[in-house]
Amino acid sequence: MHHDHGIPIWFFIGSLLSVYGVLILGSGIYSLVYPPEHTLALADLHAGIWWGILLMVIGLIYTIKYWPSQK
Amino acid sequence: MYPLKHLWLTALLLFVFLTPLGAEAAATADATGSTGSHLLTLSAIDLVIVVLYFGVVLTIGFYLKKYASTGEDFFMAGRKMTAWIAGLSFISANLSSLETMGWSAMAYQYGMLGAHAYLIGAIPAILFLAVVMMPFYYICKTHSVPGYLGLRYGDGSRALAGISFTFLTVMVSGASMFAMAKILNLLLGWNMNVSIWVSSITVAIYVSLGGLLSAVFNEVLQFFLIWLGTLLIPILGIIHAGGWTKMLATAQKNAAIVHPTVQNADFTSLWRNLGSFDTNPMGIDWFGMVFGLGLAVSFGYWCTDFLQVQRVIVAKNLRAAQNGTVIGAALKMMVPIIVTIPGLLGLAVLLNRDGSPMILVPESDPRANITHRTFNDVLPLLMGQYLGPGLLGLGVTAMIAGFMSGMAGNVSAFATVWTHDVYRPLLNRKASDRHYLSMGRWCSILGVLISIGTAYALFYFSNILEFLQVLVFFFIVPLFGTVILGMLWKRATPAGGFWGFLIAILVSMSMWVFVHTFPEGYRPQPKVTLGAGAVVTLEKGADGKIGQIVVESGEVDLVNVPVPIEGDGMGAVGTATHLVVSSDVGKRAAIVGEFIVKDTPATLPPTVPGKDKPIPVQILAPDVTVAGQTTKFGVEAIPVVLRPGVKVASSEMSKKFAPAAFNPDHTRYVARSVKAKPMAVNMYSGFWSLVVCVTVTVSVSLFTRPKPEAELKNLVMGLTPIPDEGPCPWYQSPKLWAAVVFIALVAINVIFW
Repeated sequence: MHHDHGIPIWFFIGSLLSVYGVLILGSGIYSLVYPPEHTLALADLHAGIWWGILLMVIGLIYTIKYWPSQK
Repeated sequence: MYPLKHLWLTALLLFVFLTPLGAEAAATADATGSTGSHLLTLSAIDLVIVVLYFGVVLTIGFYLKKYASTGEDFFMAGRKMTAWIAGLSFISANLSSLETMGWSAMAYQYGMLGAHAYLIGAIPAILFLAVVMMPFYYICKTHSVPGYLGLRYGDGSRALAGISFTFLTVMVSGASMFAMAKILNLLLGWNMNVSIWVSSITVAIYVSLGGLLSAVFNEVLQFFLIWLGTLLIPILGIIHAGGWTKMLATAQKNAAIVHPTVQNADFTSLWRNLGSFDTNPMGIDWFGMVFGLGLAVSFGYWCTDFLQVQRVIVAKNLRAAQNGTVIGAALKMMVPIIVTIPGLLGLAVLLNRDGSPMILVPESDPRANITHRTFNDVLPLLMGQYLGPGLLGLGVTAMIAGFMSGMAGNVSAFATVWTHDVYRPLLNRKASDRHYLSMGRWCSILGVLISIGTAYALFYFSNILEFLQVLVFFFIVPLFGTVILGMLWKRATPAGGFWGFLIAILVSMSMWVFVHTFPEGYRPQPKVTLGAGAVVTLEKGADGKIGQIVVESGEVDLVNVPVPIEGDGMGAVGTATHLVVSSDVGKRAAIVGEFIVKDTPATLPPTVPGKDKPIPVQILAPDVTVAGQTTKFGVEAIPVVLRPGVKVASSEMSKKFAPAAFNPDHTRYVARSVKAKPMAVNMYSGFWSLVVCVTVTVSVSLFTRPKPEAELKNLVMGLTPIPDEGPCPWYQSPKLWAAVVFIALVAINVIFW
């Protein structure tokens, strides 16, 4: 698919997930340092941090594997 | 770079429209489970995430424009899709946000039975499509399902299917758009016009530029976003509930409080509660589930709904088309994780501040969005409970992505069917490929505009929504009967196919009208609505519960509530129209008109006599003053005392035809029981529709002339040689993976029996 259509869709997905991962991880760290006034249920699990890391890892795998210049 | 300039301008405009909404993420639900202002509030980082998403989907659309230069590219994505892309797109086009929110609501309402839509209600049909039907669709190189009907039966069936499909597609797309805008407005306070136009224009741009290729690529992206934006909710919810077993036990316990009308029903199993109509919350039995959902509705939707089929017939070869469909089946089977589990979590972990289960109500309930959140709010309520800044933006993006993938699917399917099955055969047979390509691009935009028109029509006629949802049932089940007979039986004739299809549609519609008809009149539940600013005293008993509501001053609206006339309690002033004394309520009478309570307080009854049992009177107070505080509440079956001076507007309502209600005396003929509930009636209607279609098609075919076999080559079983695509490793065999998915389906059903 991606040979016929230049930049593969997986690269777009990887890039977007990487950026989302950075944003969510950053937001999670901010909430850890400056806890919000109204805490959410299970806030002590800091879901934003590990979900941000997960998104970043998935995103980077796709971004690097399908980087257009490798074609 | 010129298009990118517009792209980022759109993104900036979106940001400006949405930014003034606030800074902190929070969920609001007061102690009675009633509505706050808006359910969710997005932070700046959430908005950045949403805007980035719009930027990327538009970028993909602009980028892919150069790859959609011929009709084959635009309508069929060049027939070059890999199995994975076809499979992800197949499932993503179906996984709209209304689907995720709607089926979470179903699971809240029906418990684990809601998962059947993803198990017996999908998997056998998808596997049948992959193994049995796909070779015919693929080898005949049709552009669409109506196109197959044209080749098999002739232009009559093709035109009927093409016109019905295009009409339904844009109508349903508009209905989804309206529902989505309404949801975003209720949840986030977003302006409905902005939601409709920004989302629609984005879809119109990327589909009209890149055609099906752009729609499919974006659907793959949207698949990832829907999953990653939603998956955290079941994970955190199960941890919060104390584990899977405890979650199920709590959900079952709370279901008796949340759904008192079915408090003995089993909410946590797939099959053991289907022995009869009254042992499960869906009001259906195993026969309706297997033959209605599992056979008629499911096979109709998955095997002949062109929106779905289009995603996989564009694969690069038959094997990829079949494997893509099997991948779709495997992914579909996993959807209950992000849909059914949140619904069950809604029963288990959505609590009021006093620890009692939060009671949500259906959209049709008069208290909906006034004093109570609705079933559809289950997923957003859980999002508000667990997702902080950033994650909430991802969750909302998942909702928007789901909406857009569904709409893009409708629009691209509309453009293809209109161009190839209506415009080309009926209006302009000999135009150039370039002309049809141009028609496809304009149809994409036109489809979006008609959808927007439908959405705006629903602002004024929102009750049409119910009609639209069942319209799809009327159409797809007969279509499946016609297509499958055409594929498997070479004796099926053009006349048989046409009449079987048409008569089954008409029978479906007739059944629908029949179950909603009330020869003796349908009376909505009696309701007392306290007007804005009414001053109210709540008299509570020793147990702390409200024992009586006293309206000290203000206005009260009564529907189907008899009021006492003895003791000069009510005195007519000015505008009284007439008085009706109903013998079955003794001294109480239904007064229609406007009155003011005169000398002595008047007491409204907590219940009114019903056919089998007393019917509770609903009391709604959306904006009243209690002990000097403005508040709102909604309760049932509590006496209301009206003090002298209170203004009363009383009305009686009775309808012969009520699309929101089912007549049990009629449903027993369609669904075999007076206890059958709406879902059961829909499933049984689908089953009878299929039976009628097959019976009529076979009967007419036996008395009419079939097509010569030479014309049926590559269209009918026995006359279609399956091409040899060469040897393939075992792990690429569609039949093997179809068997694996089927075994997994059986295992899931046994585990959650």
